[in-house]
Amino acid sequence: MRDVAIYGTGMLQVSEHWDLSIIDLAGRAALEALNDAGLERVDALLVTNMLAACHSTGQLNLGARVADWVGLHGVEAYKVEAACGSGGAGFRSAWLAVASGAIDLALVVGVEKMTETPGPEITAGLATAADADFEVPMGPSFVALNALIMRRYQHEYGWPHEAFAGFSINAHANGARNPLARLQDPITAEDYRKARMVSDPINLLDASPVGDGAAAIVLGPAERVFPGGRRPRVLVAGSAAATDSIAIHDRNAPLRLTAAEKSAAAAYAMAGAGPGDIDVFELHDAFSIMSALSLEACGFAEPGQGPRLGDDGSILPGGRIPVASFGGLKARGHPVGATGVYQLAEVTRQLWGEAGACQIDGARVGLAQNIGGSGATIVTHVLRQA
Amino acid sequence: MHSTPPPEVYVAGVGLTPVGEHWNVSLRELALEAIEAARADAVGLRPQALFAANMLAPVLSGQTHLGVLLADFAGLRGIEASSFEAAGASGGVALRQAYLAVRSGLIDVALVIGVEKVTDRVGPAVEAARSMAGDADHEAVQGLTPAAQAGLLMRRYLHESGAPEDALAGFAVNAHANGLTCEHAFMRRGITVEDYRQAPRQDDPLNLFDVAPLADGAAALLLTRREALPSGGRPGVRVAGSSVATAATALHDQADMLGLSAAEESARRARLQAGVDPDQISLFELHDAYAIFAPLALEAGGFAERGQGWRLAAGGQIGLTGPYPISTFGGSKARGEVGGATGVYQAAEVVLQLQGRAGKNQVAGASTGMAQCLGGAGATAATHIFVAE
Amino acid sequence: MEVSRHWRLKQQRYALVGEVCPSCQHKIFPPRDICPDCGEEARTTYQFSGRGEVFSFTTVRNAPTGFEESAPYTVALIKLDEGPMLTAQLTDLGEKPVEIGMPVEMVTRRLRSDGDRGMLVYGYKFRPALKAA
Repeated sequence: MRDVAIYGTGMLQVSEHWDLSIIDLAGRAALEALNDAGLERVDALLVTNMLAACHSTGQLNLGARVADWVGLHGVEAYKVEAACGSGGAGFRSAWLAVASGAIDLALVVGVEKMTETPGPEITAGLATAADADFEVPMGPSFVALNALIMRRYQHEYGWPHEAFAGFSINAHANGARNPLARLQDPITAEDYRKARMVSDPINLLDASPVGDGAAAIVLGPAERVFPGGRRPRVLVAGSAAATDSIAIHDRNAPLRLTAAEKSAAAAYAMAGAGPGDIDVFELHDAFSIMSALSLEACGFAEPGQGPRLGDDGSILPGGRIPVASFGGLKARGHPVGATGVYQLAEVTRQLWGEAGACQIDGARVGLAQNIGGSGATIVTHVLRQA
Repeated sequence: MHSTPPPEVYVAGVGLTPVGEHWNVSLRELALEAIEAARADAVGLRPQALFAANMLAPVLSGQTHLGVLLADFAGLRGIEASSFEAAGASGGVALRQAYLAVRSGLIDVALVIGVEKVTDRVGPAVEAARSMAGDADHEAVQGLTPAAQAGLLMRRYLHESGAPEDALAGFAVNAHANGLTCEHAFMRRGITVEDYRQAPRQDDPLNLFDVAPLADGAAALLLTRREALPSGGRPGVRVAGSSVATAATALHDQADMLGLSAAEESARRARLQAGVDPDQISLFELHDAYAIFAPLALEAGGFAERGQGWRLAAGGQIGLTGPYPISTFGGSKARGEVGGATGVYQAAEVVLQLQGRAGKNQVAGASTGMAQCLGGAGATAATHIFVAE
Repeated sequence: MEVSRHWRLKQQRYALVGEVCPSCQHKIFPPRDICPDCGEEARTTYQFSGRGEVFSFTTVRNAPTGFEESAPYTVALIKLDEGPMLTAQLTDLGEKPVEIGMPVEMVTRRLRSDGDRGMLVYGYKFRPALKAA
């Protein structure tokens, strides 16, 4: 297989885009990425999305619709889905396609349209990521499933709720410097303490905001000289995906992200890298508890010790392992099926040195980890400056 | 990473469940049955990655995230798993991604599982769900269903080609004749041209026999490299051509809707990769969810001139012993239409033909087979060519 | 309306019928046909006692479609005495505060409804154990 590089990226602000349809959103991000790469054609278009297939006024066959909208007539196109892990899964599919040599240039577009559907319907849509026979009929929202993990984690390891504040404060501080972030206001420890309870122990500032969004990345063979040649070349150095059971109640270790452990280990091995080499980590902080679990699974903390990194400054820009450098899911926003593509586009911009006010100095190796469901599908990528 | 030539990709095993109204079987149980059958057929090869194909589970069963659900339920907890969707072409695109994964050299054994569970809901809910394959903003909102799209195409086809009103009868007669002897077919009874002529009208000009029955089903394939193929007496089947192409989703946006451009393009690319001409193809599993797609696919695939595809059916050339056998196990019309699982059924059926395992449905001397599934009204087409070795 | 789907699950929903793996004796709920522990086929039914304890719990305030009229309600992970875990609502709590480790037992209650004319779905919930068994 051949080495694969990132040729271009495009991202829209995560927001309430009343004036844009799901096709408009995807199309704009796709065109931005194509322009960024200086390309008009690609050989394959992979759309990643979770919710458009969930309600009967929605849209199937997004691949063909988006391909047509952006003028890629006839191109190979389809949708990749792994719930909130769709973006990472789609990027990995595009990478495999290019690495195989069968596809020369691939465009992956993550898109989600969440603000024109009523709240309970969105809540029900998000719950489809869980077991529809044995979790969902009992009424847990997706927040509730994560709350079950967080409460047990606090119980077993003795962490008070405030111990998770650092993750949200860091994300909001970074989001405040990112013009594409959904939330651009910094928060304080006091704000965190006083936030409205959503599903105890998860309060509003533990949870990421949903929104409309789209992000896109163009992938191509690394040996080619591409129009973005002024930039340092960014390679996909490691890519891996793994699963655990879909239902939390079926897991052998419900407080560990075993799929993250497996996919991180495999991605590190492929890249010939380890936790000590990572300069920036875009993790899947849909809920603050997931930040702690991801850091543990990827080798930055011992099991049960993740919150320490939120507390001691390790995760801040300039810290030992900066996370959520553009605000993460918590502040940039979580347009579920698009999130994984945002993460990878953000890591790429960090390694290109094009992260603006969010730049982590000297970032050369980055990690992105996207989670589907409450830890069921986990896709991990290592990107590296060549 | 090294530059070695990409590995050739082979089908190591297939598994099919009978298509039908499986009230007593859930989505995951149906999928498991097919996965177990394919793994047994491949003498226990353990897949490293699962590629799920499905169209309607999110809206009809409230279940996204099928990849991990099925991996876990099949006793494959931990392996990578994702779902692939392109409406009725989902099976073909999942197969395409599995093919690319093995071709990349990274994955040794890939599992493709196509599953569709539609009978938990009834009538309008199912039609509304299927209509999501059209353009939601400009077609579905007008109440346009897939059957109505097919009706628009059929009326225009009869008009442009000057074919008689019962020109498509031969497609239904052939499909039902083949379904009669197919163990996994939903409709196992023969029909005559007279039955076709007297069938009740559905969405005009479609009659009952122009429409394939939608039902539950699951099919699975295991792909691997040549050296990992289980030893055994049967011929190896190589994936010689693989291609996906798209066109505009809405019929009104397609420059030449009867040209089925996505089908034409993907068939052309697949043939080019495989190095075969239409004449060298022993059988063609096409996507006859509605009868009109049979002549359109035959024309787009280079088996007939434009506007002449219907003559192949009328002239009896599409039967098991004819020059262009299609729907050899009944196709969507008689095997049953299984939405996102269709492409996986078709591929499995081609493999059975190429290995001489098709029983009473065997096409004698079959050596090269083509499978093509369609998403929406020709918006997406996935074409695969298989060669026996 | 998904009548057949809920009908298929009646043994689990009303009677907590799972499986025991004939190879490794692992108790399985919800049932699956392949043992997640040893990978062997597991289709031998097993009747669970319905007793267990709270492994974790939370309260749902923003309910999904179909559950709006019950909100807020408490959802828990229940560790059954026989080993496996399941997801279920807690009910009949009264003034009693829920705690991790609290003994609970299964009861049958209404889970959800599909509007005024829709189907009612019944199934297991868990309440504080009346007297320790």
